[in-house]
Amino acid sequence: MDEVLGLLDRIGIETAGVRGDSRSLVFDGGEVILVTMRPYDVPTYVEAGAADIGITGKDVLLEQDDRSVFELLDLGVGLCRMVLATRKGDAGPSEHQRRLGMMRIATKYPRIAERYFEGQGRQVEVVEVKGSIELAPLVGLADGIVDLVATGRTLAENDLEEREQIVTCTARLVANQVSYRLRSDEIASLTSRLREAAR
Amino acid sequence: MIHPIPPGTRDVLPDEMRELRRLQGSLLDVFENYGYGEVRTPTIEYADVVSLGDEASAGDAYRFFDDRGELLALRTDMTIPIARLVATRFGEVEPPWRLSYVANSYRAVTPQRARLREFGQAGIELIGIEGPEGIAEVVEVLARALDAVGLENAVIGLGDAGLWSALVRDAGGGDGVVESSSRRLAAHDIVGLGAELESSGEFPGPRIEEMLDLVQRRGGPEIITTARSGAGSGLEAVLDRLEATCEAVSRRSVGERIQLDLGMLRDLGYYTGPIIEVYDPSVGEAIGGGGRYDGLMERFGVSQPAAGFSLYLEGIHRAQLEQNGGDDD
Repeated sequence: MDEVLGLLDRIGIETAGVRGDSRSLVFDGGEVILVTMRPYDVPTYVEAGAADIGITGKDVLLEQDDRSVFELLDLGVGLCRMVLATRKGDAGPSEHQRRLGMMRIATKYPRIAERYFEGQGRQVEVVEVKGSIELAPLVGLADGIVDLVATGRTLAENDLEEREQIVTCTARLVANQVSYRLRSDEIASLTSRLREAAR
Repeated sequence: MIHPIPPGTRDVLPDEMRELRRLQGSLLDVFENYGYGEVRTPTIEYADVVSLGDEASAGDAYRFFDDRGELLALRTDMTIPIARLVATRFGEVEPPWRLSYVANSYRAVTPQRARLREFGQAGIELIGIEGPEGIAEVVEVLARALDAVGLENAVIGLGDAGLWSALVRDAGGGDGVVESSSRRLAAHDIVGLGAELESSGEFPGPRIEEMLDLVQRRGGPEIITTARSGAGSGLEAVLDRLEATCEAVSRRSVGERIQLDLGMLRDLGYYTGPIIEVYDPSVGEAIGGGGRYDGLMERFGVSQPAAGFSLYLEGIHRAQLEQNGGDDD
């Protein structure tokens, strides 16, 4: 979030309100109105046109790939990796596959996980959990997890180790299809300035 | 007792029904004034007729077996049934054929996304008038129809279904990258589009930048002029077609409604030339669309050019409501 706000600062958007500790969700950014929400709700608002444009992670866009939002720009910030992780010292994914014929994977990203394993012809059972994914293998809910990793500290502190990298994700700028046309000049201006700022 | 109805369907009660009738009536009047005759086709067709029209969206069709073991489908739009109708029953009639409709169609939808499985459309098909004149007539009827239902702020986007593939081929791209990149452009994933072009290895970096820049241009006829600089022969031909269409549309005094969009690519696979989409500022998605689909007619064995548009009734109604909501007496 900070890195994104930094980019907005650089293109002249007023971010003081958002950075403050107000409980409000809507802020006057000068050139734009800023609305804050969970990253995974951004495609919902933008698809419906409730927001003209939005910024969210590629992980969210990959998971909700049936949303029709226009992806206009890779902001390059918020770099994370989607990985498969299992308990340290564990036999490892291939061992589970060999002996049980499949692995049970807990994740907040069931569609990304399924697509990844299906693409490799591997059988998995995907269990969707909404948060604290690292808990799952520690208490025996799953053999491994598919989760987003930044520094890797959370994994390490929970005795998990990264086994395979699925995809890298960064923050993306998305737009509503009608706003893209009816407010094309404003969106083109914001997009090109953000592109410059992100270099 | 409460009796549920299937998800994606809804009941319409008298207040709403009165408004819908008025809306439909206004549209049908415009169509009639332009010489379009209303037709009705069956809600159910043979599944292979529906697939013949468009293999891509055939997967969204509701299919079932009848008592004779034949595979039927609920129609997914009205353009395909009308193509079938015309191919089958208009052998003796001289073209051009001007047909209109108000009808419900059926498509599978993702649950909990506020989408209807059963949706209403009103539209026209103009069969037998080729080139820019055909599209210009369709656009004129569309503009009048939008006026008739009070949507003066609605905009008609105009693009060309062949623009992107022409651009890619001019730059030396082969069939593989044309296909994979078209899918990215249809989803308007500009970032993914760039990645697709890069990973193909068939284009130098700066060329990719130019191509991505070109397909994000939208605005007035001047964007056609600027797009000509450095254009290959394929793109030139498409730009000529687009320019001729703009001129034909202006001659009918509906030019101000149009916004050109070089990156427009409609999902329905059967468009072959100019394509249109309709936007209203108060609705978050397109409220209608259309274009030229000569290729579809060929598939049904009709060697006639064809163009048309359809408007989503629920979208129009929502836009009207937002408009009236904004007016305080």
